[in-house]
Amino acid sequence: MSYKKYIAMAGLIIAVATVSEARPATMSVQVQKGQLRATPAFLGRIEANLQYGDLVTVLETEKGWVHVETSGGAKGWIHESALTRKKIELKSGQADVETKASSEELALAGKGFNSDVEAEFKTKNADMDFTWIDRMLEFSVSAEEMVAFLREGGVEPAKGGAE
Amino acid sequence: MSRHIFLGFLLCAGGVLLSGCKTLEVVSQVGATVGQATGAISEQEADSLRRSGKAVAKTFEAITPEQEYYIGRAVGATVVNTYSPYDDEAATRYINLLGQTLAQASDKPETFGGYHFLVLDSDEINAFSAPGGLIFVSRGMLRLCKDEDDLAAVLAHEVGHVQFQHGLRAIKKSRLTSALTILAAESAKSFGGQELAQLTEAFEGSISDITSTMMNSGYARKLERQADEAAVTIMQRVGYDPAALVDVLHEMKKQLKPGGHDFAKTHPDPDDRIKDIREILRTSGPVDRPPQRQKRFEENLGAI
Repeated sequence: MSYKKYIAMAGLIIAVATVSEARPATMSVQVQKGQLRATPAFLGRIEANLQYGDLVTVLETEKGWVHVETSGGAKGWIHESALTRKKIELKSGQADVETKASSEELALAGKGFNSDVEAEFKTKNADMDFTWIDRMLEFSVSAEEMVAFLREGGVEPAKGGAE
Repeated sequence: MSRHIFLGFLLCAGGVLLSGCKTLEVVSQVGATVGQATGAISEQEADSLRRSGKAVAKTFEAITPEQEYYIGRAVGATVVNTYSPYDDEAATRYINLLGQTLAQASDKPETFGGYHFLVLDSDEINAFSAPGGLIFVSRGMLRLCKDEDDLAAVLAHEVGHVQFQHGLRAIKKSRLTSALTILAAESAKSFGGQELAQLTEAFEGSISDITSTMMNSGYARKLERQADEAAVTIMQRVGYDPAALVDVLHEMKKQLKPGGHDFAKTHPDPDDRIKDIREILRTSGPVDRPPQRQKRFEENLGAI
């Protein structure tokens, strides 16, 4: 290969790297249950539910909210606190979700303090009862119930919510 | 230019462009090199260690939402085993309706397992928040609130602690560094019994760092101010009267016994906290507290 061709190749590689930087970002859902909303607001109607590890393509962002598209083509708004730039790898065939580190983009998510560690912790602290914690995690309030709660209490949202 | 030298240049340039990373942590690099030289770990494992060096350096920020969730569960379990839960369906339902709505309006509406609230059967004036959003309020604290806006102020303050991850900040750096180092090494290997034991030790230590800060020493005034500011923001967004936070603090000042085993021990003087938030409250106009709101507050918490 000639010197000129090398230069051309180097230019091409740099160009490709630059272009890939500018491509729409892909993010992962980092919470157990994520919601896609019709509007960028905390009481916005829920359009679809997302799972831990789901990949989404970022379309635009607005004051803490991210407009995304799923691989299935669904579009909606999700709060940035539910997303990470790291790719989350789920271990197949395991009920508990884990991720593994193989690059900076994957980091150390999910490994470490997990259900195995909790089980070991419980063994060492037999008097520590998690029954109420498990019950607590079942206390859930839907978006509709929130809207009704505020309306019935005469609570007027000042702005669009989480910003 | 020889082909080799040029390819070398390309790789370097590509590496800089693609990784965008400046320095890998010296500690993990040394660890990986030594381990590799002694044959303790394979080339692949050493690579993985080097790559994860950055995470090792970031301490509490490197804790993923999923790990925060498990830390929060154990901290929460410690709270409910130190106190007792107050098993009242109406009160539980009510504080979850209010608390989860407030959390949705925070800057961190989403956590791995979500926000959940529980009443503690204690006369103490107290409230705790475990990492990830498990929030506990004592009956004593609920009795101190005279209306829903007061209660919103208390719950929103706890949401503020979760939002800023104040619990995780209480974990000693050394503890996290050791846990994250195990994780870095562990990523390329199967999960061994020894690593699990070491991780569990770091986990137990982390839980104890958080619970002792929460229940005994308290957070720094700066962190309490952050939580108070978050509470004001949340209340303004939802439509509650942020001045209720001042009302609650005044009431606390009146009722707290100096040297008592509760908020007095773990929180700055209410007067100082009022001073800290007065400035941001100036922008708030008067907010209506209508009778139907008071009615449901009394119906749900009247017998608390």
